[in-house]
Amino acid sequence: MANRTKAQPPVFHPLSASDFLPVPQLRQLQFARLAAIVQRAYDHVQVFRQRMEQRGLTPADLRSLDDVTRLPFAIKADLRDTYPFGLFASPMSDVVRLHASSGTTGKPIVVAYTREDIEVWTSVMLRTFAACGLHRGDIIQNAYGYGLFTGGLGAHYGAEALGATVIPTSGGNTDRQIMILKDFGVTALCCTPSYFVHLIERAAELGVDLRDLPLRAGVFGAEPWTESMRRHMEQASGIKAYDIYGLSEIIGPGVASECDAQTGLHVFEDHFYPEIIDPETCEVLPDGAEGELVLTTLSKQAMPMIRYRTRDITQFITEPCRCGRNIRRIRRIGRRSDDMFIIRGVNVFPSQIEQALLAVEGTLPHYQIILTREKGLDQIEVQVEVTPEFFSDKISALEELQAKLAHAVEGAIGIRAKITLVQPHTIQRSEGKAKRLLDQRNLQ
Amino acid sequence: MKINQLSVFLENSPGRLSEPCKVLAAAGVNILTLSLADTEQFGILRLIVRDWRKARQVLEKAGCVVNVTEVVALEVQDRPGGLEEVLKIVEKAGINIEYMYAFTYRSRDQAIIVFCFEQPDQAIKALQAAGVNPIGDIDLYDRVEK
Repeated sequence: MANRTKAQPPVFHPLSASDFLPVPQLRQLQFARLAAIVQRAYDHVQVFRQRMEQRGLTPADLRSLDDVTRLPFAIKADLRDTYPFGLFASPMSDVVRLHASSGTTGKPIVVAYTREDIEVWTSVMLRTFAACGLHRGDIIQNAYGYGLFTGGLGAHYGAEALGATVIPTSGGNTDRQIMILKDFGVTALCCTPSYFVHLIERAAELGVDLRDLPLRAGVFGAEPWTESMRRHMEQASGIKAYDIYGLSEIIGPGVASECDAQTGLHVFEDHFYPEIIDPETCEVLPDGAEGELVLTTLSKQAMPMIRYRTRDITQFITEPCRCGRNIRRIRRIGRRSDDMFIIRGVNVFPSQIEQALLAVEGTLPHYQIILTREKGLDQIEVQVEVTPEFFSDKISALEELQAKLAHAVEGAIGIRAKITLVQPHTIQRSEGKAKRLLDQRNLQ
Repeated sequence: MKINQLSVFLENSPGRLSEPCKVLAAAGVNILTLSLADTEQFGILRLIVRDWRKARQVLEKAGCVVNVTEVVALEVQDRPGGLEEVLKIVEKAGINIEYMYAFTYRSRDQAIIVFCFEQPDQAIKALQAAGVNPIGDIDLYDRVEK
């Protein structure tokens, strides 16, 4: 059995050159782009202009990179409040792509791209794949969802531009994914880490040992995963498992990526300027301190985002990386600063589930969300307390209520949840913020 | 003519059934008859007690979810075909039976069966027209609680 994880001869893609820009040049480039994008947002995005005026600021007040700390923040609610197109800086005729991702109140978050934006997105995804050791000649199976979700098309364009052979399987249909992995000589797979764990198990059931295949790399993102999960995935499949990071509000996948060293994710900071702030005080923290990641898109034309608060908690890794890249690394994202959770690669806010329960019952019952992992697949259960208003003497009525709740929740989050009716007063009440979520997936 | 039956929601886990029974016993409420309907997920405990208002109060105080449903108690001849005679009347009138269960009480050749009809008032009319009289609540309690 060939040892496919031994070091590949380095294959360098010209577009990766930006990863190695000397720091002074990088900072100069960042400042020039920042000044331009702030001007663009000021001229075309009403929300940003209003906030600048409130602070008595104009784009001319930006005289160095450090002045970025004077700029106002953008938050997720901005996208919700300006749904659908209120944050666009380009006319619709220049927008060649729209994507959407889950929003907190059932309305999606809409993001837009001009032709230039698509080119930038493609280039950062190409750099992502290159950082993961992939190149022309690789056969890449893309099992991220194609459609409104940015994962599928983002990875696709990047892999294709890299010169690799791309198989757009999208998500689901695991047996067929395994057949293609086996029959098409796939060398790299893109999907969520939990899906890969599920796929490994299913492959074993089918008698397929992934270690016997030419598969040598996995490019995993869209949800948090741990070092021990990585070790398990690598041992069970014989691949190198890389972590990548992105978010639709910024561009999609392609904001940051691990390299061969697999210790931290390099942020493509010539396009996405990173800061770490204290989530309570909003002060920028010194390098190495843990805080909330804030990102500014330096090149996005259609929808520039200035100092967008990602709600992801991480820190800069200050030591230089052995790969030689000068773009800074962030530690892999472990948790978030709000109560969003991720299940099977999908972002879910407890408030979405609340909305669904509310819509069915008219009042909000006491509920609790319980997340578990069975056979590698995330499961979600919503326990709902029965109230006198909804307790019916008829079994069929209660079952109907259960079905209605399940249907509403599935409609809201896109995943089937198990609804369990429970006795009143069995769900813990608490002062202040209720603990709605029990995550028993035991990420070790 | 109608009896006020209590229904209690039971989560499907050990100990759930004994809770309401304990509460009622502590309050000195005697259960005249009961029925337990179940699904995989949960159960509904249906109770006939004399002082249903008091029973509901103590159960709700103890944190149970309680409903009150009007049911009809009928005397049925305790012989083969006894039940069928009653059912015929109701079916002819086109009235749906949601569920039914029997009292443990038995006197000579009569059994008492509790019916939950979809339209209880219409059911009572049809039964009375056919000469079958539902048992009133006080009468029922006196008979059963000897």
